[in-house]
Amino acid sequence: MMDAPLVAVTGLKRYFDVSAPWLSRLLERKSRRLLKAVDGVSFRVARGQTFSLVGESGCGKSTVAKCILGLHGMTEGTLTFDGREITDTASRAAMAPIRRRLQMIFQDPYASLNPRWKVRSIVAEPLRAFRQGGQSGGGVRAQVGDLLRSVGLTPADADRYPHEFSGGQRQRISIARALAARPDFIACDEPTSALDVSVQAQILNLMRDLQREFQLTYLLISHNLAVVRHMSDSIGVMYLGRLVEVRHGDALFTDPRHPYTQMLLHTIPSLDVIGQQRTPLAGEVPSPINPPTGCHFHPRCPHVNARCREESPVLRAVPAGEVACHAVQEGRI
Amino acid sequence: MVHQPPLLEIRNLRVEFPTRRGTLVAIDDVSLQIGEGEVLGVVGESGAGKSITGAAVIGLLPEPGRIAGGEIRLNGRRIDGLPEEALRRIRGKEVGAIFQDPLTSLNPLYSIAAQLVETIRTHLDLRPQDARRRALDLLKEVGIPAAEDRMDGYPHEFSGGMRQRIVIALALAAHPKLVIADEPTTALDVSIQAQIIAVLKRLCRDHHASVMLITHDMGVIAEAADRVAVMYAGRLAETGPVADVIRRAQHPYTHGLMGSIPQLTARTDRLVQIEGAMPRLTELPAGCAFHPRCPRAMDRCRADRPPVVSAATGHQVACWLFEDAAAPAERRDG
Amino acid sequence: MTAFGSAAAHPDPTQGQTLRRRLADSDLWYSFRTSPVALGAAVMALLILTAVVCAPWLTHDPFDLTVVDIMDASKPPAWMADGTWQYPLGSDDQGRSVLATILYGTRLSLIVGVLSVLFAVILGVGLGLVAGFAGGLVDMVIMRLADIQLSFPAILVALLIDGIARVALPHELHERLAVFVLIFAIGISSWVHYARTVRASTMVERQKEYVQAAWLVGTPASSILLRHILPNVLGPVLVLGTLGLAAAIISEATLSFLGVGLPPTQPSLGTLIRIGNEFLFSGQWWMTIFPGIALVLVALSVNLLGDWLRDALNPKLR
Repeated sequence: MMDAPLVAVTGLKRYFDVSAPWLSRLLERKSRRLLKAVDGVSFRVARGQTFSLVGESGCGKSTVAKCILGLHGMTEGTLTFDGREITDTASRAAMAPIRRRLQMIFQDPYASLNPRWKVRSIVAEPLRAFRQGGQSGGGVRAQVGDLLRSVGLTPADADRYPHEFSGGQRQRISIARALAARPDFIACDEPTSALDVSVQAQILNLMRDLQREFQLTYLLISHNLAVVRHMSDSIGVMYLGRLVEVRHGDALFTDPRHPYTQMLLHTIPSLDVIGQQRTPLAGEVPSPINPPTGCHFHPRCPHVNARCREESPVLRAVPAGEVACHAVQEGRI
Repeated sequence: MVHQPPLLEIRNLRVEFPTRRGTLVAIDDVSLQIGEGEVLGVVGESGAGKSITGAAVIGLLPEPGRIAGGEIRLNGRRIDGLPEEALRRIRGKEVGAIFQDPLTSLNPLYSIAAQLVETIRTHLDLRPQDARRRALDLLKEVGIPAAEDRMDGYPHEFSGGMRQRIVIALALAAHPKLVIADEPTTALDVSIQAQIIAVLKRLCRDHHASVMLITHDMGVIAEAADRVAVMYAGRLAETGPVADVIRRAQHPYTHGLMGSIPQLTARTDRLVQIEGAMPRLTELPAGCAFHPRCPRAMDRCRADRPPVVSAATGHQVACWLFEDAAAPAERRDG
Repeated sequence: MTAFGSAAAHPDPTQGQTLRRRLADSDLWYSFRTSPVALGAAVMALLILTAVVCAPWLTHDPFDLTVVDIMDASKPPAWMADGTWQYPLGSDDQGRSVLATILYGTRLSLIVGVLSVLFAVILGVGLGLVAGFAGGLVDMVIMRLADIQLSFPAILVALLIDGIARVALPHELHERLAVFVLIFAIGISSWVHYARTVRASTMVERQKEYVQAAWLVGTPASSILLRHILPNVLGPVLVLGTLGLAAAIISEATLSFLGVGLPPTQPSLGTLIRIGNEFLFSGQWWMTIFPGIALVLVALSVNLLGDWLRDALNPKLR
C-alpha cells in the first residue's frame, strides 16, 4: 500500500468559460463567467485497487475522470501515471503506449457503441490501434472471441449489431472493448446506473472478477453509495468541484466525518429499515457557476460558522483518510 | 387485509399492443387492489409492465395499446373502456398522475400559477381569485419557498426538485382519491429524492389520497409503501406487505432481486446474481415466465403458468413452489 | 407519445442496421408494399427510366441529321387529322418526332438532375461533417459561406455561372460542356441543405460516448469522421437527396426554358418546352404540351417517392 500509486492527481482544476459572447459582454458590461467544474482535486489511486468518486450530479466527478484520460484538457494541475508525468494532453495523445494503458467504460450503454458497426469491429478497434493482434485477420478474430468470452458473451456475438443486445450485454461489450487495449487503469463512469438492479449485480460481479484476473486498477464514478461500498478500496466524496472527504476501506461508512457525507448517507434508503423516514437534506445543490464563498457546503451545513463562509477548508488527515472541514478540524464535531 | 371495498380494484387486466409482427401482451392477467389511504408500490425492472399498468388505470396507454381483458374499478365503478370525454373528467378529479420527468410534465410556456389555476378550475367550480388562492396554498403545502412571489414564475426558473414538488401540487389540486406516481424520483439527485418522497407521503396523507407508486427502486418502496406488488414480464410475481416481501420474499425472482441489491450497511464479497435477463415480450417462454432463470425451476414450471396463491396472510405469490398452500387461490374468472 | 412506458426496454429494432439490411427488413418494405402512392410512383418512375434507357431501340435519334426529314415537319399527333403513327406525338418544326425528342430530352434531364444532386451531396455532406466536427472558427466560416450561398436565389447563381461560362469559353466548347456547367451551377446552389442537416447530426454524434471511446484508442480525427460518424448521419441525406432530385430536375428545366441551360442541339425537357412555346400560338400545341406533361410526370414520381421515403424512415411516425 505504501508503494508508488499508479495514478496520482494533484491540484486538478478544470474551468469552462461560459461567458456571454464578447459583443454582449461589451454592450451589457457583463463579466466573464467561469464554470468551475473541478476546483482543485488531489488524490492517489494505488495499483490493483478501486478508488471511487461519489457525489451528486454536477459535482465534477465525471470531469475528473475525463481529465485523467485526456478527453478534456486541464486548466491547472498535474497528473502522474506509473511514476511518469502525463499532464500535457497533447504529448499524451502522441504517446500510444501511455494511452493504451488508460481506458474508460461509459454510462450509457446505448450511446457507447457505434450502432452501425458490428461488435467484432467495435471490440477489434483497440486491437488494431495498438497492434495487439498481429496483422492477420485470423489473429484479431480469435482475440475478439476470447475477449467476448471473458465478459460472459460468446464469440458468435461478434457478428451481431449492438441493437440486438440488451443494456447489460452492451455494457459487457463496452468492457470487452476496454480490455482489448490491455489497460492497467480503467475509469468507469457510472457503469451500472442505466441498468436494472439484477443486471447491475451481474456487471459488478464481472468487474470484480476481471479486476482480480487482469490486475486492473479502477476509478469508479458513481452516485450510488451502496454500489460504491461494495466495490471500493478507497472513496472520495466530491461536492461542487472539490473533494470534501477521502477515506479508505469501510471508514467512510462506519465513521463519516464531513457533514455532507453524513447527510448523504442518511438520504440513502435502506432495505433494512422499513418505513423509515429519511432525514431529507435541506436546500438545493447550488450552481457551479456561482458557488457559495468559502466552504461550498456552508449554506446547507448545520455546523457552519463565520470562518466557513470566508475560508475554504483544505484536506487534513483523519484516521484512514482526510477531511476538508473547519468544524472537524476545530474539533467542533 | 382490506375490509372495506378497495378504492382501486384491477382484476385480471390484460393489455395488448397489436403490431404488424403479432400481438404483444404487455400485461397478462394482473390483479391488484389499493385501499383507501394506502400506498401500493408496483416494482419491477424495465419492461416488466409496471408503467403500462399505471397508464391503463388513467387511460393513457401509448398507441397502439389497448385493454384487451379484465376490468378496472374505481370505487366500484368501472373505468376501463370509458369514452375519452368521461376519462377526461376522471383524470385530475379522481385520479391524479405524477410522471418521471418534471421537465416535460410542466408546460414551459405558462407560469406555474396559470397551470395550477387551469387544473383547479377545470375540476372545481371556483372563481379565478379563489382558484389562485388555492393554488398558493398548494404551493406552500409542497414546500415551495416564497411561494407568493414565485408562483408567477415559469418552470425553467425552478430546479428539478422544485418542479417535481409543483407537479405533486398539480396532481393533488383537485383532491383526487388516487394518485399514480410513475418513477417520481428517478430523475432527481439522491438528496432531493428523499425530500420528494417526504412531500408525497405527507400530502397524500393530509389529502387522504391513495398512491400507486411505480418504481424500480426497492429502497423507495421500503421507505414509502405499505404494500408492494412485484411484476415480471407483464405478470405479477408477488404481492404483500412491504416488510414481508422484503424480508421474507417467497418468489424466487423477488428473492434474487433482494439479494442483488448492494446494501449500504454491509459489504459482501459477491452480489447475488440472477443469470440471464428478463425476456422480451416477443420472446416469452411457455409456462412460468421466470423459469429459464429460476434456480428452483421444476418441470411443471416449464409447462404451465402458475396461478396466484396465498403464501401467508395478505401475501400472495405466483409460483408452483406454493402449489399446496393452505388458502385457496384467487378466482381467475372474477 | 405519453410519459408512460420505457423506450429503453424495447429498442427500435431497425436503428443501426446497414441500409441494405434495413431495406430487406420488413418495416420499410412493408410500408412500401402497402402504400398505393409509393407503389404508383415507383411504377411510373420505373416506366420512365426504362423508356429513357431503351430510347435508342424505341426511336431514332432525333438529332441524327441523316434520319430527320424536314418534309415531315409540324405534323400533329397521330390521333388527329393529318397525323400519322410514324410520329405518335407529332413532329416539331424540324421534322423530328416529338416522342423521340422527349425520350432523349428526359434522359438529359435525369442525367443533369442526378449528377447535380450527387455533386451537392458530396460537397454538402463533406462540408457539414467538417463544420460539425471541428466547431469553432471552421464551423463559423463554413456556415457563413452557407448563409451567403442561400442569400442568392438558385436561379441567379446558375445564371451567373452560365454567363461566365459563355463569355469564357468559345461557343462550341461551351455547347459541349453545357451539361457540366449546368450540373455545377445547380449543385453549387443546393449543397447547403445537406450541409446543415449533416452538421446538426454530426454535432450530436460527436458528443456520444462511442466517439470518445475511439479517441481513447488514438483513432485519428479523419478516421473518426469517415468511419464512425458518417454512417450515422447519412440517413436524412437519402431523403433529402430524393426530394432534391425532383427540385434539380425542375431547376434544370427552368434554366433551359430561360435559355441558359442546355442548348437546342442537345435539348432537355426544359429546352423543348421553350422551343415549342414559340409555336404554341400558331396552333402547334403538341410541341410544348407533351414535353411539359413529361416533365410533370418525372418530377411528380420522384417527389412522391421522396415523400414516402421520408415518412417511412421517420421513427417518430412509426
